[in-house]
Amino acid sequence: MANSKLKEALDSGKFVVTAEAGPLKGTSVTELEEIAHTLKGKVNALNVTDQQSSVMRLGSLAVCHLLIDWGIEPIFQMTCRDRNRIALQSDLLSAEVLGIKNCLALTGDLPSLGDHVQARPVYDLDSVSLLGVIKRLNEGFDMMGNELKGKTTLFPGAVVSPGADTEAAFEMQIMKMEKKIQNGAQFFQTQAVFEPAVFEKFMKRVAQFKVPVLVGVIPLKSAGMARFMNKNVAGVSVPDPLIEQITKAKDKTAAGIEICGNLIKELKGMCQGVHIMAIGWEKKVPDIMAVAGLS
Amino acid sequence: MIVAERKKLEQITESIKDFKSLLVLGCGTCVSVCMAGGEKEVALLASELRMKNKLDGKDVNIGEATIERQCDKEFIQPIIEKAKSYDAVLSMACGAGVQLAAEVLEPQRVLPALNTRFIGVALGEGAWTEKCRACGNCILGEYGGICPMTVCAKSLVNGPCGGSKNGKCEASQEKDCCWVLIYNRLKKQDRLDAMKRVSPYKDYGAQQHPGKVVSEFNQKATAEAKHG
Repeated sequence: MANSKLKEALDSGKFVVTAEAGPLKGTSVTELEEIAHTLKGKVNALNVTDQQSSVMRLGSLAVCHLLIDWGIEPIFQMTCRDRNRIALQSDLLSAEVLGIKNCLALTGDLPSLGDHVQARPVYDLDSVSLLGVIKRLNEGFDMMGNELKGKTTLFPGAVVSPGADTEAAFEMQIMKMEKKIQNGAQFFQTQAVFEPAVFEKFMKRVAQFKVPVLVGVIPLKSAGMARFMNKNVAGVSVPDPLIEQITKAKDKTAAGIEICGNLIKELKGMCQGVHIMAIGWEKKVPDIMAVAGLS
Repeated sequence: MIVAERKKLEQITESIKDFKSLLVLGCGTCVSVCMAGGEKEVALLASELRMKNKLDGKDVNIGEATIERQCDKEFIQPIIEKAKSYDAVLSMACGAGVQLAAEVLEPQRVLPALNTRFIGVALGEGAWTEKCRACGNCILGEYGGICPMTVCAKSLVNGPCGGSKNGKCEASQEKDCCWVLIYNRLKKQDRLDAMKRVSPYKDYGAQQHPGKVVSEFNQKATAEAKHG
């Protein structure tokens, strides 16, 4: 089977762009098809979230398969929240036969944050052990050492949070990143970064690992959104001048795109790619890229 | 110890509404210490029920008794006769005690007055927190004596998730992030390197329910009885 084009792009040393799309609650895929159409040929790959924020939605696996049909390479996000190790491995095999090449291993938000608060959280594996499982499946064995008839060829990735707020949290992010690499992670996408200095400090620490890092960015839509993230989202810190800038802007959309594009411009020399989490603004990703000089 | 809390009075009264006489049966061990189902709580619940019945114009005979342990047959046996003189038993033991009482008193109805919450420790007066989920495969030695299976909301064994904020847990800003606690403890022990090891896959093999432990002493006694 053909290799991951994302891997090829990273191997070639090109600056890589990924974006992210979330399936809806229900069976409608019109919006996703429009996003795919808009981003096709512009981004290297598109993440498909897995029941994001623990809200029950259409599955990532099926949507990843649709993206291939629509001509865009998917990154299959897989959390450990909803499936035990048997289901996780089985879905990884399914991903392979559906032509999916990239998999991003995540822990997953707690069900209590979503819309099915009485659900039983699984977490049979965690993101580190899930990566180890992908490595084994790629070698032709399940996690118990049983031989597979037909192995996977998945390109495994993981996430890391550069803006951890305390010494303990930062050190543990680095330690866990190392464990993820040890278990086979070949690329990282980060939590959203708003402060280049914070990211620079992080990259200085992790450059030695020689694993490509795609810096995460989120376009600001309003001051309210920035304040909400500062209060509620771990590892995200939007500095006051940016909040002020978006507050003062007459055209918030234009300002949001501008701020995000300029941020990418500042960050792109420090890492191997950018991961744009547009959160509803997926179709504006090309505009953000244009500001960043990435088109 | 096992920590439990009493069900709401409305839930209890709904479950016992068909009975003309009722024995409120306390347990003198864990639930007594955590102030949920000991002698004092039996007296309190019994008087609440009597008052409620009086207000509702119902004539129900409410009796009270507390035994040392409801999870041990020998302590239930002495009250069999007394219990059988009532229509039903309202047990204020943990779930294990309720079940053993129901078994010993069969076919009498035994109903639970408590919700059994967890194995935990006292935080201070009147507050408890979960510390052990009886996973059957203790790994405390590797994590500075703090259990990631229990104290981490996701039972992660390889470090914190991305939801840890200001040293607090994604589940609630009231709860400490287990991994920050582990980090700080290991740092004090000068053992931070222990955190860098990739943990083996979690073993849920010992969590087949219902769990069973048979001591060597019991095995020997059973074998001897069998062979005369």
